[in-house]
Parts: sequence; C-alpha cells; structure tokens
Amino acid sequence: MVVSCEAVWREISNYLEDDMDPGLRSAMEEHFRSCQHCNAVLEGTRNVIRLYGDDRMFELPSGFSRRMERWLTRNVVVSRGTWPGWLIAAVAAVLVASSLTLARSLMTPNPPLRSEHAQAGHGIPPDMVVVVTEGAKLFHVPGCEVIHNKDKQRTLTAKEATREGYVPCLRCLRKYLNLAGARRAGAHAEKDEQREAAIRAAVD
Amino acid sequence: MTREQQLIASVQQGRRELFYELVRPYERRVYAAALAILRNEADAEEVCQEAMLKAFAHIPQFRAEARFSTWLIQITVNEALMRRRRDRTVVMEGLAEHPDEEGNYTPRDFADWREIPSEALERKEVRQRLAEALAMLDRKYREVFMMRDMEHLNIQETAEALGISTASVKTRLLRARLMLRDLLAAGWERGWFSRLPFEKGSKPW
Repeated sequence: MVVSCEAVWREISNYLEDDMDPGLRSAMEEHFRSCQHCNAVLEGTRNVIRLYGDDRMFELPSGFSRRMERWLTRNVVVSRGTWPGWLIAAVAAVLVASSLTLARSLMTPNPPLRSEHAQAGHGIPPDMVVVVTEGAKLFHVPGCEVIHNKDKQRTLTAKEATREGYVPCLRCLRKYLNLAGARRAGAHAEKDEQREAAIRAAVD
Repeated sequence: MTREQQLIASVQQGRRELFYELVRPYERRVYAAALAILRNEADAEEVCQEAMLKAFAHIPQFRAEARFSTWLIQITVNEALMRRRRDRTVVMEGLAEHPDEEGNYTPRDFADWREIPSEALERKEVRQRLAEALAMLDRKYREVFMMRDMEHLNIQETAEALGISTASVKTRLLRARLMLRDLLAAGWERGWFSRLPFEKGSKPW
C-alpha cells in the first residue's frame, strides 16, 4: 500500500495514538522513511505532545496551594455547610423526628403516679438505667435491696419509668427526693409494694 | 490498596480532613484544565476551588472503576465550561472559530525542524512561549488538546467531558497538534513566536 503525503497528514494523529489498521501503519512507516517533510511533521508533532504533556509545562500561581488548602479547611473540614445533600436530608429528618417526639411528649399529659403518696423526684438523669417490676410502683437503681418480685423485673430508663407512672425508690434514689415528704411517701409506696407482694404470694 | 484508594475510602467514611491530601497531587493538572478553558488565572483558580468543593460533595458516589484524577478533571472542566457559559459576554476569544473543521490541514514545510528538548521546560521563557502558542489556538482545538495531551484523558473521556463525538475529538486533536507543531517550529526559527509564522491578515489553518 502506498500513501500520499495528504493521507499521512490526515492520519498522523491516529498514528501517534496507535489507533489504526496495521496495514496503513506499515504504509505510513514506509512513507516516513522516504519523505523528509512528513518525517519532520511526525517528529515535530511528537515533540509537541511530549513538551505539553510534561508536568513542568504549567506552573501554579504563587500561593495557589496555600490558598487551596485554606479554602478546603474552611469549607470542607470546618464548615458543615458543604455536606452532601443526602447527609443534609438525613440530619433534617432526624431533627424533624426529634421535634415531633418532643412536641408529642409535651402535649401528652403525664400519667398518674402509681402511688398516690409518692413524688416524682427532681433532677434524675432521664437516661439513667433503672429497673421496675410488674405490678409495682417504684423504680430502682439495679441491685437495690428492696426490689420485690425480682424475677419479673424490667430494665428501662428513668424517663420511661416516670412516663409509665413509676416513682423513685426512697432507698436507692433518695438524693433525688425531697426527703421531708419523700420519706413518708416512699414509705407508703414501699408498704404498698410489700402488701401487694404478700397478696400475690398468697394467691400463688 | 494504594495510598490514594485508602484516602478515598477514608474521606468517604467521613475523614474530611484528609480531602486536601487526596487532591493535592492533582492541583497542577486541575488548574491547567481550568486555565485552558477560561484563559484567566484568577477565574481558573476560583473555578478550581469550586470544583474541589463539588468533588468533595460527590465523593460518596465516586466508584473505584474510574481513575480519580480523570474524575476530578472532568468535574473541573464542567465547572469551567459552566463558568464560561455564564460569563460568555466577557470572554474574549483571540482567534475566530475555524469554519471548516472537516477540511484538510496542510502542515507548513519545516523539514529542517529542530527538536525542543524537554529540559528546555526548566526555563520560564520557554514555558511562556509554549503557553502563548497554545493560547493562539481556537478554543475548540485548545480544549481537546489540553484534555488529551496535557491531562492525558483518553479519546472517549475527552469526548464525554466536552460533550462532543469521538470523531470530533480526533479531528480537533489532529488539527491542534499540527498547528502547534507549526507554531513551535516557526517560533524556533524566528525567535520564539515574536512574529507569527503566517501571512499577513490570515492564519495558516
């Protein structure tokens, strides 16, 4: 196959990309051996690709890296404003759900206390783990010695126990109670529990 | 797993402080891509910063089958093209669009050409002359050349980034390479593009 100079110029880029039919490639190689002009075009073009493809070709402006780092620190590392959309949506959903829960809890009246003599207590950490037993009125710190009916005890948070109407045990949660009245109230509640435990034992 | 893959995974898992370390090796290429499109250093730098934020925002969607550098450059090119479209009225093109893209291009006869060695790139003057030659190209040739020969995207990736066909990429690439070759050869002979190597009032392409 013989190729003209015009055909070589048309295909010289593909030749350099090695993106051509092997027959045409051989014909072009043959042509380059005999045509000084086309050979100069080939080598010159190769030179262009090598020069412009060199990493040294482009210099960054002075301070570019420092400014980029500062920009990313401010907008990516520090700021939360650039979180991906899905993350923003997730955070928003959590906030909405929390608001609804809070609103519901505010709108729902507190249940009546299980013991008419008891008081609700003050400053009890809402996420404190406490235990209650079925049919009882008090909630306790786990391991409290006055827990009755221990085989039916249930673990929950102080907030949940309060919501269900349980009241703090006078023994293990005394620091959260107004002791003047609480001693009486707690004692009543404890007596209530003892009485009910005795009734259950008798029935069983 | 390479260091880059580790960094990508860490950033995807929330280690946002590692993001700059991940993109730092590509700063130069990203900047070159933006500059080739916008031809204004300040705009190019601003677009690079915006592009990095966009890359960070989308990194959860980055998949390992793509090259990270290519992905980053494509985001930068998109940002730069969007900026150019937005500021179209103020961007000045040095040379008019060539009306006959499909026509043949005839290289000038510089049979006694002299190779410019890569070491010459150490000289700022040489780099500046090469940048000037690149700036003389029509935008459509310059962009394709930049993406294929400077950013090393393949033909398909270049076509996708610029939204043109692979056939157009090949045609424009051929012209860009030949035009640059002519400019450089002439510049070498005539004192580095101090006078343009074509007839008065016309271009050789």
